[in-house]
Amino acid sequence: MDFIFSEEQQLLRDSIQKYISKDYGFEARKAIIASTQGFSGKVWAQFAEMGLLGVAFAEAHGGFGGSAVDTMLIMTELGRGIVVEPYFSTVVLGAGLVDLAGSEAQKQAVLPKVVEGKLLLAAALGEPDSRFELNCVETTAKRDGAGFVLNGHKAVVLHGESANKLIVSVRTAGGAREAKGISLFLVDGKAAGVQVQGYRTIDGMRAAEIKFANVKVGADSVLGQLDQALPVLERAADFAVSALCAEAVGAMEALNAATFEYLKTRQQFGRPIGSFQALQHRAVDMMIHCEQSRSMAYLASVKVQSEDPNERKRTVSAAKIQIGRSGRVISQEAIQLHGGMGVSNELAAGHYAKRLTMINATLGDVEHHAERFASAG
Amino acid sequence: MDLNYTKEEQAFREEVRSFVGDSLPKDIADKVLHHKRLGKDDWVRWQKILYKKGWVAPNWPKEYGGCAWTPIQQHIFEDECGYAGAPRVMPFGLVMVAPVIQNFGSQWQKEYYLPRILSSEDWWAQGYTEPGSGSDLASLKCKAVREGDHYIVDGQKTWTTLGQHADMIFCLVRTDTTVKKQEGISFLLIDMHSPGITVRPIITLDEEHEVNEVFFDNVKVPAKNLVGEEGKGWTYAKFLLGHERTGIARVGESKRELEQLKKIAAKQLRNGKPLMDDPRFRDRVTQVEVELMALEITLLRVLSSRTKPGPEASILKIKGTDVQQALTELTMEAMGPYALPFRPETRDAAWHGEPVGPEYAGSAAAVYFNYRKTSIYGGSNEIQRNIISQMVLGL
Repeated sequence: MDFIFSEEQQLLRDSIQKYISKDYGFEARKAIIASTQGFSGKVWAQFAEMGLLGVAFAEAHGGFGGSAVDTMLIMTELGRGIVVEPYFSTVVLGAGLVDLAGSEAQKQAVLPKVVEGKLLLAAALGEPDSRFELNCVETTAKRDGAGFVLNGHKAVVLHGESANKLIVSVRTAGGAREAKGISLFLVDGKAAGVQVQGYRTIDGMRAAEIKFANVKVGADSVLGQLDQALPVLERAADFAVSALCAEAVGAMEALNAATFEYLKTRQQFGRPIGSFQALQHRAVDMMIHCEQSRSMAYLASVKVQSEDPNERKRTVSAAKIQIGRSGRVISQEAIQLHGGMGVSNELAAGHYAKRLTMINATLGDVEHHAERFASAG
Repeated sequence: MDLNYTKEEQAFREEVRSFVGDSLPKDIADKVLHHKRLGKDDWVRWQKILYKKGWVAPNWPKEYGGCAWTPIQQHIFEDECGYAGAPRVMPFGLVMVAPVIQNFGSQWQKEYYLPRILSSEDWWAQGYTEPGSGSDLASLKCKAVREGDHYIVDGQKTWTTLGQHADMIFCLVRTDTTVKKQEGISFLLIDMHSPGITVRPIITLDEEHEVNEVFFDNVKVPAKNLVGEEGKGWTYAKFLLGHERTGIARVGESKRELEQLKKIAAKQLRNGKPLMDDPRFRDRVTQVEVELMALEITLLRVLSSRTKPGPEASILKIKGTDVQQALTELTMEAMGPYALPFRPETRDAAWHGEPVGPEYAGSAAAVYFNYRKTSIYGGSNEIQRNIISQMVLGL
């Protein structure tokens, strides 16, 4: 057992840190969020150039054959910079699904383009009544000649409006909550009948409600096995959750650092407010929350690769519980310790708090994962 | 980064598990697992078994009879022992005073005391806290005045854990009142059988005799029992506290208590169903379980870091005791109304009377109240937060 990052991993981390501190400051980010697209194509191209988009994929698909630990490192740095580009939706969850479920031809068609930064993906999994349950799918795909026709409503699809391709979970058999009968489809974002209503999310990103009205697709758009997609969907979602945990740790670190710095500089009663024990102990608790979260993010990034699905589910859910709770504590305390400045949109602190809070509402909150943790034994 | 145990580490775990399985006396394990009262003999018997195997001092260098294990091996050993229901190896001699003697003691002290600590011939106690000096330890008043080749010690120590069994006590004493308070402290090794020492029990909330007051009245201590230099006691004390804090996470024991709690909560009923299946109760258990999973990795991170555990180790004290206390609280609550019966006599292993309620009732609330100590001893959790705040966060 060791906790040492390889030289390559350290270089990767340093290069992202350098890039973000130089080109992705709070003001630059603000301008990106205010743009119509909601993220920067220039930044995305630079991510491609730095090789960040291909780390997780096999060399045969244009990638570099990295591990979940590499993804963790990248996500932590993106979290530290509260980066709004669609790394999570395109590379981690979207391409992750294609990589796990797709045929060789589908992987060849999608992954190299993702790695080059030329193709954006979004996973349309949730529905208005599904909350976080991946098995709760009412969108349908019915046989239509040689292909299928899709109907339904997918909710809060992260980066859904900018995606060139959507990965959609649909019901091809069984009742609304049955485990069997779920399939994945790869659908063109501009296909006839795809209606996209985009909007901002409170953490500075974009998402969309996507309605499918008689969308016709070919049989070759089925991703993986028909009716049998749930296990692979859960595996890809667990990988995505472990990546979110890593992102959260980066955001916690940055938010804690900003808060502790504020405690040292803000003067009241003729001395820095950080000299007051009531605030010191709260700061220490924030630090402990961050370290416990980091431990769980490490563990999740290793165990997400476990062949035993129960061990994988248990550990990833445990990590999401820890990160959900700790993220809530840290973001609330950071706002409180910043005083009035904490509620100002002009300061980065609140934006970290927003992202941490929304991570809890992405792919399962504390309660959802507590249920799952218990059922994984 | 690889969080899986290596083949060698797994083999080591198997070796420890099979040794503990074969060698831990069943009567002792039963006492630990069922929260029965342990006597001096129980601890000493187990420590002598470990001594015979050569495993009693994992943290000592090889030259003194230690194991020279890696920190990960030490963790595996503690994890397996804790989980199996082995009594905790008494830390006062092996974990606390021994490293101080090894690093700062005289040749005579090393040659005389270390083998006796290793073989459990001497039972040690800690003499730090005084009635007026708890968190503000450096304000201690117990004084030692040099007279020829002796010190004369006068004063009082308190909260001395299991001091009633002790043959030796290591004490912080004031040898100089004219300098800064930290600089007037010395580290003395005192024979508990010396004339002038009185031990008075303090009975805790569980009505057990675990801690004591120790009074020193004109006690003659040979000057060769001074560790290191006069006036340097505070430095040695801080060194010792750093050693204490890494072991204080008690992950193995908490895993065992968690498993016990789940078993109990599976048998207790709420609305006719196992309490463990009640989402309200189960979520509280989950919360502690997740904290414990995280704590184990945090502990391993601290142990694996190349440098000696620094102030970050305070995290382990805070989080470790949080988890321990939460487990005793949930175990007590799992009993429902059977948390009320208080029958200290049932904690005697030889007791075979008529039980009241489930066999595990009768001690849960007592253990809960006993464990309130954990966030107070070894530097209260507030002091630990002060340490992190100053030494890590720089506030």
